[in-house]
Amino acid sequence: MRLKFIEEKIAKGLMVVASLAVFAFVVNIIYTIFRRGFPALNWEMISQIPAGGYYNGGGGGILNAIIGSLYIVLGSTFLGLLISIPVVFYLNVYLKKDSKLAYVARLAFDVLFGIPSIVYGAFAFTIMIYLGMHTSLGGGILVITLLVIPIFIRSMDEVAQQLPKDLLDSTYALGATKLETIKVVLRQIAPGIATATLLSVGRAIGDAAGVMFTAGFTDSIPTSLGQPAATLPLSVFFQLSSPNADVQDRAYSAALILIFIVLVISILGRLITNHFSKHKI
Amino acid sequence: MFSITVFSVLLVVLIGLGLYLKSVPIFDQNSFWQLISSSEWRPGSGQFGFLPFIAGTIAITLIAIVLALPIALLSALFLTEFSKSYLKKWVFTALDILAGIPSVVYGVWGTLFIVPWISEKLAPNFVEYSTGYTVLAGGIVLGVMILPLLISLFVEIFSAVPREFRDAALSLGATKWQTSKFVILRKTFPGILAAVILAVSRAFGETIAVLMVCGNLPMVPHSLFDSCYPLPALIANNYGEMLSVPLYESALMLAAFLLFIVVFIFNASSRAVIYRIERKFK
Repeated sequence: MRLKFIEEKIAKGLMVVASLAVFAFVVNIIYTIFRRGFPALNWEMISQIPAGGYYNGGGGGILNAIIGSLYIVLGSTFLGLLISIPVVFYLNVYLKKDSKLAYVARLAFDVLFGIPSIVYGAFAFTIMIYLGMHTSLGGGILVITLLVIPIFIRSMDEVAQQLPKDLLDSTYALGATKLETIKVVLRQIAPGIATATLLSVGRAIGDAAGVMFTAGFTDSIPTSLGQPAATLPLSVFFQLSSPNADVQDRAYSAALILIFIVLVISILGRLITNHFSKHKI
Repeated sequence: MFSITVFSVLLVVLIGLGLYLKSVPIFDQNSFWQLISSSEWRPGSGQFGFLPFIAGTIAITLIAIVLALPIALLSALFLTEFSKSYLKKWVFTALDILAGIPSVVYGVWGTLFIVPWISEKLAPNFVEYSTGYTVLAGGIVLGVMILPLLISLFVEIFSAVPREFRDAALSLGATKWQTSKFVILRKTFPGILAAVILAVSRAFGETIAVLMVCGNLPMVPHSLFDSCYPLPALIANNYGEMLSVPLYESALMLAAFLLFIVVFIFNASSRAVIYRIERKFK
């Protein structure tokens, strides 16, 4: 009789320890990067492109990578939304609940979600070679779009599946066609769209393996889709592989900037999600 | 809309097919078995043995799962069965942050924290010398990376168990832990398995972080303190020069194809199991 209470105490203790471990990892990761990255951080780093000999300790900054990442994230988020909203709408309004196509489609998006970005990168790279394209901003945007579409669809679909059937019925009763109900559906899944965007922006900005193949790397800011583009994760990676200690310190600051951007996005996302939830039934 | 839906479904097939066609040329000179069982990696002289890379990938994935599974199971049980809701909020925020941290940052953390810790503190107790860039470092970093995925899947699965099951156990005098152990864990066992498989397939494809901490020596690791060279790292490190060596491109695409197939099978099967569980409890 006593034994099970002792066991309960031990188990609960272990659970608290495990949950605290999660916190410890977060704190440790952020603290480690902050401690090494903050001293080397300065305004020059985020306001200038690399000057000559940057990777041997020369002056300049990583503005090229920040802007490049921004372009890729904006482009792929826009394309991703454009493709995934119709798919979610189709899956939930046009197809019946027990439709075979819907089942296969959801399974396929789950599989696509699991495919590593390096495989997307390799795949896109072979296609780009086939088409005779060079590494470019456009290629980077395309591969990241492929990467975020499953995230968009899965998280929007989760919300859309909760749509009350009565709501759709009442729009039909008012004479709306299926296509016209999209106005109601969009408003209902708005929080889902916000969360999905947030998730995919986070993944898009942090992805290194996919853009390595397709966007290339450059020291200048791209002015057209055909030019190569630098990205923040790759900038961290390349600076860290330098033997020069100053350049490595900059890699830590670049990593700190990357964490900062990701944290800001996730806080903003939370606020936006709350804001959009007001139309939800 | 129908065509966009169908096309995006076909993307899975397209990726598989594309990678397969690209990797076919290498089979002209080597049999499949030869490729995956040889450990000679000399692209210059046409020898492509994938064994070290496959062994490296499997080794770090195993370590990651062994480290992450107990933590994930315990904290998911804590979140669903034991904790107050304000505590839940905090842990979920931490998990969100952990899930959002880019993999290159994990890599930096690994080189700054885990690698020196292994080479200065841990390894001297067991071996004479280790750089710290080891299988173990890769496994630890990967383990932390898959934690948020595992925990969120477990929480999802545990919450699918109906309230009445718990009430029935509790009213028979079971403690909360006994309920968790004998009812929740037992009822959701297939789901737990599926979640683990999903996490394994995520771990298989992780590239940059692992590349930064594993040492990247093409050899089959014999201890935790040996370097290793996982498949994704192989692809990422060599794509630049692959067009200049014959068959190199095809070998790297085979590596990508292997990753794709493993991830495809693991994902499809575990998702199917998870769907079934969620439907069963509905």
